[in-house]
Amino acid sequence: MKTIFTILLATLALMASGLVLAADAAASASAPATVGVASSATPATVGASVSAPATAVVAAVAAAPAEPPLNWNAIVMFLIFVAVTLGITYWAATRTKTATDFYAAGRGVTGLQNGMAIAGDYMSAASFLGIAALVYFNGFYGLIYSVGWLVGWPIILFLIAERLRNLGKYTYADVVAFRLKQGPIKIMAAISSLIVVIWYLIGQAVGAGQLLHTLIPQVSYREAIVVVGALIIIYVTFGGMKATTWVQIIKAALLLGGATLMAIGVMSHEGFSFEKLFTDAVAIHPKHLEILQSVVPIGAKANPLESISLGLTLMFGTAGLPHILMRFFTVTDSKAARKSVLYGTCFIGFFYILTFIIGFGAIVLVANKPEYLADITKSILVLKGGGSMPAVYLSHAVGGDFFLGFIAAVAFATILAVVSGLTLAGASALSHDIYAGVIKKGKASEKEEVWVSKMSVIGLGIVAVLLGIAFEKQNVAYIVALTFSIAACTNFPVLILSIFWRGLTTRGAVLGGYTGIVGSIGLLVIGPTVWTKVLGMGPAIFPYDFPTFVVLPAVLIVAYIASVTDKSESGQKEREAYDAQLIRAETGLGAEAAAVH
Amino acid sequence: MSELIASKIQSNPKYLQLVKRRDTLSWTLSVIVFVVYFGFTLSIAFAPGFITQPISAGSVIPLGIVLGIGVIVLSALLTGVYVYKANGTFDPIVREIVQEASK
Repeated sequence: MKTIFTILLATLALMASGLVLAADAAASASAPATVGVASSATPATVGASVSAPATAVVAAVAAAPAEPPLNWNAIVMFLIFVAVTLGITYWAATRTKTATDFYAAGRGVTGLQNGMAIAGDYMSAASFLGIAALVYFNGFYGLIYSVGWLVGWPIILFLIAERLRNLGKYTYADVVAFRLKQGPIKIMAAISSLIVVIWYLIGQAVGAGQLLHTLIPQVSYREAIVVVGALIIIYVTFGGMKATTWVQIIKAALLLGGATLMAIGVMSHEGFSFEKLFTDAVAIHPKHLEILQSVVPIGAKANPLESISLGLTLMFGTAGLPHILMRFFTVTDSKAARKSVLYGTCFIGFFYILTFIIGFGAIVLVANKPEYLADITKSILVLKGGGSMPAVYLSHAVGGDFFLGFIAAVAFATILAVVSGLTLAGASALSHDIYAGVIKKGKASEKEEVWVSKMSVIGLGIVAVLLGIAFEKQNVAYIVALTFSIAACTNFPVLILSIFWRGLTTRGAVLGGYTGIVGSIGLLVIGPTVWTKVLGMGPAIFPYDFPTFVVLPAVLIVAYIASVTDKSESGQKEREAYDAQLIRAETGLGAEAAAVH
Repeated sequence: MSELIASKIQSNPKYLQLVKRRDTLSWTLSVIVFVVYFGFTLSIAFAPGFITQPISAGSVIPLGIVLGIGVIVLSALLTGVYVYKANGTFDPIVREIVQEASK
């Protein structure tokens, strides 16, 4: 086992270095020559870090151009995290034998563990750095995201979690296809899952690249993304869901601890008075009281329909994310599924309340401080290293270099944990839904399926790296919002209808699902973000950033009409099969059992 | 799950009642969260003056921040209510139903 692990690790490192070289070659001629030198050293670090992290780092450092001083705190803490998680991956790899181990950690995860892992899977860099940045620039408006990103959780508990655990095997498509036709349902569900996963991956990869490059300028944007891609491929191909779960648990503990310390730092600076915190923030921010009075981004026009659509998207999008839904197949039974949402909601809610303090604290402690600003003569808000940096600099303001290093490592761990969950969800859509469910019509052997899954992980890792490089200039928080639209308009309604509505037939689910996919993507393309800002085609044809308020009702209507007009014999059988599905959903009889190890 | 067990469960009045009670609780709590959250969202959309008014004279803290934290805390409390109810009430009924059906 150990030799195979080492050999594959080395192979991956080679692949990663090939990728960097390819990426470098593809880059414009304006790229400095030093990039090539540094990039060939970085994958070596990754490959060798299992056996001898310290020496490999020294080698990488020696190869890098010696300009600004190295951020040793961040590097050391990040390497400790990588070493620990690779150790866990090795441990998990020796215990991952069956498909259930690989996709669902043998269904042996407890409620509390899964609650932490849910928090680790969900609290992305976009919600940590992104919300802090939204509050830093816009004040109150950022808090709308904090609230919206939490309220999906009770809905998941009340309507989805237990039934999902009782009905499904590895993917949410299993649940939708429980009494419907495997082929068409799984193709539709896999397409929507993959779109969500890939968009989400782009957002995370871009965040990782920008963050690491800003904190350690010796590592280029592209190298940072390659490091993330290589680590993810190692975690997920070897350790499967077990390694992913533990990476997420550790990351959640680090992030909750780090955010708590940061909030305490802010509050102690403000004499533990919220009144003083907000008064100081208003005094320092160039828009002053507007930051507490504007309910839209500063400078934007109030738009009630957009606010409503945003609300719907955040709430129901959470309940339709494939990597989140997948977590419920890892627990022992429906009771553990239920408890895990309670724990998860408390962790995530606590964290989002902290983001209020962190965002306003950043206005007080980071804005107007020359050491953090790009150019103080132009703006007292715009920071070095781009829009996601307020929380990172806040850590420096309250805790110095050491705490900055810690938070930087935590932010990076956050990205790794979320990307692992996403990659595994994407790979299971390809291997379990498409390969085993559609191509092999349920007759693939477990070994074949897991093999396809591992290949998919490698493929998705490479795709994430390439797209991350291609999307360098996009805003991270924005991409996450777009993925939520597709999740809210496709996965969520189809899943809810299949669980609660006897009348749903394959025809209804498939037509409804495609309406969601095509509708949300179509309206996003002709909406302000893509049509006006990305394509530069002038005023948007569809003037809203979030299409959910149009597409979600359309999906429900299409699914309803297509189902009730479905007079086919198979449609009738599918309605009759609802009783058996309901018994299993309610009692757990026949549900996938936890593996005994 | 055999046909026999399925038909036994299907005809057990306790099962029908369980489904009804659990669905009622699930949907009631969902509607509460939905209404509270959309109360918050709609007041942002249509009554921004209400949401941004200070919580008291002489304070700069807008009401919306307190309400936002309130929505988060309420969500967590309601998940607690559901888990409490499901652990204490529904799980024992499910066990009974399954036992009676496999006799």
